[in-house]
Amino acid sequence: MSENGFRSYYGRPILKEPTWTWEIPTYFFTGGVAGASAVLSTTAQLTGNEKLARTALYIGAAADLVSPALLISDLGRPERFLHMLRVVKVTSPMNIGSWVLLVSGGASNTAAALELVGRLKPVKLLAEGVSTLAGPLLATYTGVLVADTAVPVWHEARRELPWIFGASAAASAGAAASMFVHPRDAGPARRLAVAGVLAEGALMQVMERRLGTIGEVYRQGEAGTFSRAAKGLATAGAALLATRGRKSRGAAVLGGALVCAGELSLRWAVFKAGKQSARDPKYVVESQRQRIERDGTKATTKR
Amino acid sequence: MSAPDGLLTYGDEQQKRVGFFTDTSVCIGCKACEVACKEWNLIPADGNTWTGESYDNTSALGANTWRHVAFIEQDKPVRTDQDGGTALRSRLEAPADEPSAPGPEDRGAPSTALRWLMESDVCKHCTHAACLDVCPTGALFRTEFGTVVVQQDICNGCGYCVPACPFGVLDKRHLAPAPDLPAFAKEDGRVWKCTLCYDRLKGGHEPACAKACPTKSIQFGPLDELREHADARLAKLTDDGWNGAQLYGRDPEDGVGGFGAFFLLLDEPEVYGLPPDPVVTTRDLPEMWTNMLAAAGALVVGVAATFVGRRS
Repeated sequence: MSENGFRSYYGRPILKEPTWTWEIPTYFFTGGVAGASAVLSTTAQLTGNEKLARTALYIGAAADLVSPALLISDLGRPERFLHMLRVVKVTSPMNIGSWVLLVSGGASNTAAALELVGRLKPVKLLAEGVSTLAGPLLATYTGVLVADTAVPVWHEARRELPWIFGASAAASAGAAASMFVHPRDAGPARRLAVAGVLAEGALMQVMERRLGTIGEVYRQGEAGTFSRAAKGLATAGAALLATRGRKSRGAAVLGGALVCAGELSLRWAVFKAGKQSARDPKYVVESQRQRIERDGTKATTKR
Repeated sequence: MSAPDGLLTYGDEQQKRVGFFTDTSVCIGCKACEVACKEWNLIPADGNTWTGESYDNTSALGANTWRHVAFIEQDKPVRTDQDGGTALRSRLEAPADEPSAPGPEDRGAPSTALRWLMESDVCKHCTHAACLDVCPTGALFRTEFGTVVVQQDICNGCGYCVPACPFGVLDKRHLAPAPDLPAFAKEDGRVWKCTLCYDRLKGGHEPACAKACPTKSIQFGPLDELREHADARLAKLTDDGWNGAQLYGRDPEDGVGGFGAFFLLLDEPEVYGLPPDPVVTTRDLPEMWTNMLAAAGALVVGVAATFVGRRS
């Protein structure tokens, strides 16, 4: 019996820590950039903002190329990455995500290549349409991916995580475009970055409050460090974009870079929080004991 | 009895669902199950650590430990009608000509109660198995016996099943690569767990751990029969006043639809390092997908909103 009243087996973890390495939180970021950039590009094109449309298309295509490389590198058997596509399985967010990434990456890179060579406009438009549909799924499914585990800080945040990841994706796509498009044409991108940062900040607050004790990992250890860095960097970047981003190219580049760094930190904060949550048996025992007190349990049978 | 997910697809090839009933009240901590499992399944050695945690030096289930014997030393009486063995001790210590020795309370002696719990843990082969649900390649599958097995020629080591399991059973194997692997392959890299000796079942044999168990603490058989045995055993232990006797994972209505390998424990599950109320994470997946589609829609609306109004 520990001092705060829960019992465990020599303090050993009940769950296994996720084995994922640095590639996965980095992919959460690049996948977000890719997904939201596809939507940004198409919307810019529909409103006649060609420069923003083209840049966002290239950014999205690049992020869509990096993403599968990161995922393959994380596999225990990288040479078997195509095994992801031997089934279609709605009970596996990773399987569905692999298909979404294949469609999104294929479409955005087709569109970017055709844009580059300036040929086959109808095919390009079709590819853009496909990537615009796949993009929002790519940007948000990773929230379901982590929530669909036994890790308390992830599973109990299943309502908020896809929204947080979506907001973070919007912020990073807007920020990335702000860095590479002339401030004259980057207005929507800047607004997207600022709105994304604000939305994500509010959603993180909601999530941490609802998580209660389980959520304390976001204030401790490496997750705490990344969480604070995410808030600081994203807020500073958004403030810079909002105040000086329209007039100064330098401010737009710096602000965009800060927001991107903040969003990358946010993905790392969520990733590290999951590891810390799995490592300490108290989060599993206390949350399940609370549920038992509320609803009873059928896991054990006594007489 | 509700059939485990996927079993009914076997049609004519479907077998009776089998499993384990691990009765910890007769476990003597000999670890024959751990050894038999390692030997039969050719599980590699993974080092030797002296933990100082009673007689347990394997610590947990993992890629290279498919049966794990837990040892718990407790300051708690074995039976509810005992005062922790002190009554027995004082009787034994009392001089023969003094049949009614004073109880320990009368002498103010400290309690010397100690019980030693042992439990052979194993993959639960859940009715609703999270590892199987989330596996993106289909490497994890439901066998015709209702058990859950990893196909090692399919697993690509994505690791998703590792945090999905509510019991922390599965893990990636980290060992040096075989010489015939491509240069970019890392270690073994795949996920491993108990197969309930799928190969032995196919040959009509019981799993190695159950075969080796000298006290019938590990019982193998059709799950419905095991549940009946377990109910009778729980009734007997409770009537005899055993402290804390309870079945764990016996009820098909629990959070994972009942375990294919369930237990009789003598204390709460967390004392043995088991979750007190495990739930299959994919139970909430339909709600999660719906929620994600709403978030994806909101992302499109949000992006569109940034183009409204000012043109700059």
